[in-house]
Amino acid sequence: MLRKILTLFSFLAVISVSAVHADQKKIGFIYIGPPGDHGWTYMHDQGRIYMENALGDSISTTYIENVPENADAVRAIRKLAASGHDLIFTTSFNYMDQTLEVAKEFPDVKFEHATGFKRMDNVSTYSARFYEGRTIIGHIAGKMTKTNTIGYIVSFPIPEVIRGINAFYLAASKVNPDVKIKIIWNYSWYDPGKEADAANTLINQGADIIVQHTDSYAPCQAAEKAGVLAFGQASNQEAFCPNSHMTSIEDIWGPYYAAKAQAVVDGTWSSEDTWQGFKDGMVEMSPYNTKLLPLDLILEAKNMETAIENGTLHSFEGPIYNQAGELVVKEGEVADDGMLASMMFYVQGIDGEVPQ
Amino acid sequence: MSIELIIGILNIVLISTTPLVFAGIGELVTEKSGVLNLGLEGLMLVGAVTGFITLVITGNYFYSLFLSIISGVILSGIFAFLVLNLMTNQIATGLALTIFGIGLSAMLGKKFGGTPIDGLNPYYFIVISFLLVFFVAYFLSKTKTGLIVRAVGENHNSAYSLGYNVIKTRYLTIIFGGVMSSLAGYYISICYAPMWQEGMTAGRGWIALALVVFATWKPWRLLVGAYIFGGVAIMQMNLQAIGVKLPGQFFNMMPYLATIIVLVFISSNKLRLKLSAPSSLNIPFEKNQ
Repeated sequence: MLRKILTLFSFLAVISVSAVHADQKKIGFIYIGPPGDHGWTYMHDQGRIYMENALGDSISTTYIENVPENADAVRAIRKLAASGHDLIFTTSFNYMDQTLEVAKEFPDVKFEHATGFKRMDNVSTYSARFYEGRTIIGHIAGKMTKTNTIGYIVSFPIPEVIRGINAFYLAASKVNPDVKIKIIWNYSWYDPGKEADAANTLINQGADIIVQHTDSYAPCQAAEKAGVLAFGQASNQEAFCPNSHMTSIEDIWGPYYAAKAQAVVDGTWSSEDTWQGFKDGMVEMSPYNTKLLPLDLILEAKNMETAIENGTLHSFEGPIYNQAGELVVKEGEVADDGMLASMMFYVQGIDGEVPQ
Repeated sequence: MSIELIIGILNIVLISTTPLVFAGIGELVTEKSGVLNLGLEGLMLVGAVTGFITLVITGNYFYSLFLSIISGVILSGIFAFLVLNLMTNQIATGLALTIFGIGLSAMLGKKFGGTPIDGLNPYYFIVISFLLVFFVAYFLSKTKTGLIVRAVGENHNSAYSLGYNVIKTRYLTIIFGGVMSSLAGYYISICYAPMWQEGMTAGRGWIALALVVFATWKPWRLLVGAYIFGGVAIMQMNLQAIGVKLPGQFFNMMPYLATIIVLVFISSNKLRLKLSAPSSLNIPFEKNQ
């Protein structure tokens, strides 16, 4: 009897909810970390909030945070898909196969997978050309380093991260041929303690600039404490390390999220691949720190931003050689998107090997 | 390698290993009395967030440390009540404590993530961690109370029939373990990486648990084990930065792998296992039996 009443109640509840929000679209997000990381996930959450403000009552949003990049991700994505979400953003590279798996089961639900390259009729991919920002910070680092040693903390060996290392090194070595980068792979996106250890290790080995491709602001803090320079990651981190933070590469997802949500509301959504950078405002540089950087260098950086926007400068301009000395991009050409999307090699001049 | 480089490496090892020593030594005492507390990760996170919030609000390190310790007393007190008085399953209750701690700390810290603070010098805590290991080793082997703790952990029925208060002893060891975990969390959010971010302990509670087994419930071995785990992690970073190719994923699982190997080793020899693991570990105590 009790069960019957409960079933009836839940049925009524579903009806009443759907009656009130008959045409409200439900949009879900899968986050790799907590929204409070002040890095990668924080910026996706800012994008979600921007989308909510832009579309108002026509949508409602949900997110699941701290979803590991394994079979748990399938469960989390399926949970959103099964609970009536119309559009689901999976915001980390290694959700790729999990997103496709669930997308096959729910052909009517639309999926947007960040930084991936596998698409289906109901799966779009999107990413930002963060490497354009890495070109800017590489240029700055090449000019600012005194020890000619730069410490670079990275998460996992995936194309996005390796592309970033290469773009950084190409720009840095262009203005400073003696520059060396020391790389530490942490095999986690988010572990403040370990990120601080890595930063301290690199500083101990003589690095006077810390670059990170991990999600917490611990490396920047460690740099501040040790009195060396650093670049922030994903969001403006100047508040945490005011005397070492030169600038950050910021990820701006809001306008894209709002546009895709609007497309779902209008019924015009289609599967596509989006890869935008400075030009479309998906990547921005945080305000350059005028206390640390000379004015002419800030001006150079801003000019580079403009040049990348209007296409006169590209992060991967030939000639580019790989570590084996083979020419991979010819003089006068630039690396095409296919090569960039699957980049798993270091360019010539970087020490060490890409981990397998 | 220059002397400066080596001193620098040792410095980083000391800073990064200390939370493992705190959480591990606390859990060791708890387990010695026959209680398995799997809630370390949750206790650490709540200790970390409580200390952080108090520091942001009051700006006083003493208050923040005090409240962080109190959070450990309260949470482990609840755990003790559940497993000792209500005789709930220790493993399930411990896991629940971890999950609860992760959620509670995230909720409490929501408004405080991203507030910059001035970190505390880690060296006070590093010194205290060494003294603690010394104190616990002395306490467990040389004092009467320490022997009672061990007696309770080996055979609670015998200890009870000899007139020792099993429940009270276990309350005290559980709360000691809880406070040590809170201190580990406090150290992480105030000294190690001075910030609050959700889940920032990143699995160190589990490594501390593995460490107790790895050390076969011996305080000095726990200290050595912690520095082996911490030292290997920092050494592989140094080798990477020099350009030596290493399987990083392997080093991430090293603590767990080492613990499994030790487990296999001690359980292959019944006598050795008997000498090390507290016999009443994870067995509930009922007075009227």
